[in-house]
Amino acid sequence: MSQTPKLPKWYGSTGGIPYLADTKITGQLIVIEGPDASGRSTQVERLTSKLEARGFAVLNTGLRHSQLIGDGILEAKRNITLGKRTIALFYAADFASQLEHKIIPALQSGYVVLADRYIYTLMARNTVRGIRRLWSAALYSFAMVPDLVFYLDVDPFKLVHRVFEKHQQLDYYESGADMGFSDDMFESFIIYQQKLAREFEILKKKYNLVSIDGNLPTDEVGDMLERQVLEYLSTKK
Amino acid sequence: MKEYGIPGKLIVVEGIDGSGKSTQIRLLEKWLRFYGMDVFLTEWNSSAMVKSITSKAKKKTNLTPTTFSLLHATDFADRFERNIMPLLRSGYFVLADRYIYTAYSRDVTRGCNPTWVRKLYDFALKPDIAFYFRVPIDVSMDRILSNRPKLKYYEAGMDLGLSRDPYESYRLFQSRIIHQYELMKKRENFAVIDATLGIQAQQKIMRRMVLDKLGTISEEVDIY
Repeated sequence: MSQTPKLPKWYGSTGGIPYLADTKITGQLIVIEGPDASGRSTQVERLTSKLEARGFAVLNTGLRHSQLIGDGILEAKRNITLGKRTIALFYAADFASQLEHKIIPALQSGYVVLADRYIYTLMARNTVRGIRRLWSAALYSFAMVPDLVFYLDVDPFKLVHRVFEKHQQLDYYESGADMGFSDDMFESFIIYQQKLAREFEILKKKYNLVSIDGNLPTDEVGDMLERQVLEYLSTKK
Repeated sequence: MKEYGIPGKLIVVEGIDGSGKSTQIRLLEKWLRFYGMDVFLTEWNSSAMVKSITSKAKKKTNLTPTTFSLLHATDFADRFERNIMPLLRSGYFVLADRYIYTAYSRDVTRGCNPTWVRKLYDFALKPDIAFYFRVPIDVSMDRILSNRPKLKYYEAGMDLGLSRDPYESYRLFQSRIIHQYELMKKRENFAVIDATLGIQAQQKIMRRMVLDKLGTISEEVDIY
């Protein structure tokens, strides 16, 4: 499948990163978004092997995978005195590093890049933490527009059960415990996840996210994703 | 929270390396302290927290202009949220050795979108006074080279590929930064200081301006 390189789309109205204006790509960028314990990682893994079986070269990326400050973010999370703006910019720096060092080079070489989360989670978290939407949108205007973005929609109460199945405890940050919604961790988790879900409702419309019912069994979700991705990729041949 | 207001004063110095701004802001700090003011001095790219997280990584990876820009914004945000804003709200004189204008000039010179860079920093407070130390490139080069002849990679703007010679690269990079400062000086309402003047003469102008703009800081004040 030989393709003519094309100029990618960027979120910024004036284009993306000025010094990358001439970048041309042949690959496709596919994103799977969804809350913690929504089954994203499982689905990314599953989809990767399905695509590889069909001969696609696949690269996986995710937030926190960057060499630059990946570990730093984990360290920073333990330090709860970081401000919301600092955290927001920190994640943006990490994302930028991955975009330029990993995602774009792979797309230039014709890979299908499967991203376990992208800018949308980062923007939703910013909003829930009290940062204006317009600022977050401007911040991430340097990002490349993906070919497809899926959102795994899972009921917050179901999420709690899945988290407990995995870890038997709630993660401090994923529970929004630093936000002071409630001194009860369980309640805090539900409130935080509901706020994120509401924010994703807005993001879905604005950024054309394809909603997938993540409450369904893993295989059913996987089949839906696989079908839609293959259908899309077949139009690119 | 807003009803508390912001009683503090924010004074910043800007200019290229070797313009003498750090010397001047420290003299201003000593003067304010002498009159019993609460003073806090903050330097560009100095957040201990951000540094601890990024220093190891910086060596491993080459930084793109966008990442470079965002890391400096992270550093600034940490200092802003942790120190600058709370201290201004409690009535401090906050002195900043470089502020958002350093980002405007450097990041744009490195190839970032000017509108994007300005948007990143739109949470920052506008300073009460922004001193800009204007100096011809040759004067600053002489000052820098007499002090520490070894130029660091990013400091010399080597990542821009302007020249393979660090000194030539440094000169070209700094000249472009001067150009950016010149473009914004009016819009940002810089108080321009002729940095070729003697150290005392510059300090006198600054102290006079602080008094004029910010009112008496004590019953009887000597500016030098």
